[in-house]
Amino acid sequence: MKFALKILKDFPAYLWSGWGAIASILLFVAFWDVGNQVYGDLVLPSPLETFQTLALMLQDEEIIAEINTTLYRASVGFGISLLIGSILGLIAGFFATASMMSRPIVTILVGMPPIAWIVLAMIWFGMGDETVIFTVIVASFPIIFVGALQGTRTLDGDLKEMADSFNLPWHMKFFDVYFPHIFSYVFPAWVSGLGMAWKIVVMAELLATSDGIGATLAVARSQLDTPTALALVVIMIGSLMFVEYIILEPIKREVELWRS
Amino acid sequence: MEKLEVKRLNHHFGFTEILRDINFTLEKGEVLSVVGPSGGGKTTLMHLCAGLLDVEEGSVTNTFTSSSFAFQEARLLPWKNVIDNIALGLLASGEKSSVAIEKSRKIALQFGLEEQDFDKFSKDLSGGMKQRVSFARALVVKPSLLFLDEPFSALDIGLKKELQAILIDMISKKEISILFITHDLMEAIRLSDEILLLKADPGHIVKKFSYELSQNQRDDKYVYGESAKILQDVEIIDTFELELK
Repeated sequence: MKFALKILKDFPAYLWSGWGAIASILLFVAFWDVGNQVYGDLVLPSPLETFQTLALMLQDEEIIAEINTTLYRASVGFGISLLIGSILGLIAGFFATASMMSRPIVTILVGMPPIAWIVLAMIWFGMGDETVIFTVIVASFPIIFVGALQGTRTLDGDLKEMADSFNLPWHMKFFDVYFPHIFSYVFPAWVSGLGMAWKIVVMAELLATSDGIGATLAVARSQLDTPTALALVVIMIGSLMFVEYIILEPIKREVELWRS
Repeated sequence: MEKLEVKRLNHHFGFTEILRDINFTLEKGEVLSVVGPSGGGKTTLMHLCAGLLDVEEGSVTNTFTSSSFAFQEARLLPWKNVIDNIALGLLASGEKSSVAIEKSRKIALQFGLEEQDFDKFSKDLSGGMKQRVSFARALVVKPSLLFLDEPFSALDIGLKKELQAILIDMISKKEISILFITHDLMEAIRLSDEILLLKADPGHIVKKFSYELSQNQRDDKYVYGESAKILQDVEIIDTFELELK
């Protein structure tokens, strides 16, 4: 509670520090406009046209339904890998054998290109929700798993000894000694896992489904509707930036204040 | 009567013998030092006494009502500020948090920390300040037995004297018993009633030295004199391998 209040209190100052970021985004938009003037509307629609299309799309109920479908798939997939990845990672970290055995498996999971997973999932699950959700899970699971594993592997033995010497009760040991350390590893892993999930969900939809943002993107491609395609990209990037910079980053800053 | 009694203590790590046949008793109000070269099993002995390691052979009987530990390094929780670090032991013993914070603030000031440092994390503290916090954390719980594992070794001479003065004050009021580990003979002579000499490979006690004069009457001259005397001791020369070349 105190923690949440502190985040809210520091939030305006955090937002104020975002001018630099906004300036750099506007500079990017300016270059985008230059690109439009050089290559023409078909190759690269102007920012203005793109944002107008975006505004129209956001009033269209069908598009909103597609966005919701994608959101649903991404959150179910990410939710499952967050839960399973964190739990398995923590457990694996506590046992030397388990962490040794899981390393090569994680390498296989990370090394396997997502596109191969999509093809396999299409064969296994057909065209639909399951394929997309499965791909999201296998893509974001290893990131979260490794984060949680590192968190428990790197617990400081000296601090554990100190906690023992003061006879800390188990709940204090967990909340004051283990949790802050583990969380400082797991939380950034969640953030990168989320980014991964959001990218993969669109890719999987584009190839394996007939609805969702990815499928809409595929339709825009076949109709050479570049403004719609770019507007969809803006939706994807905008939502990711919102979640990352407005929600997660302030939490992360507060959580990692003690880090040097 | 509270006491710490170690009888016929042996310890192994794997096949390596670390300690052999250690016997001593630490009575209430006493300061017992264990001196010896680094890697001689001093820290292992301390951990066995404090219950941080399981006793395999022999016995360690600790009837002191409370104890705390000051380590060689400060070992502060990096995600807690100065006051919350000091309060850790108090909270663990079930003290109410407002009382614990109040006591911690008081002892922090007494240990030369300043109000503006109270909210700092350990990354923003100097080495000396960290060690002050660590000392305050160990002493705020008013332990009847204090374990000191070379806590002075990384400190500058001023801070060392300051912290030792606080301890000497507590010792002469008979408020505290201390098991003290060090490789610095002068430090041991300044603080101890009894010094055990621990020789390495495997660690075993080869000699005892006793000092009668009360700690608050030991001036520099006394400490230097006794140090000079002890450095002539054959066992000391042999144990620390102080070969004169």
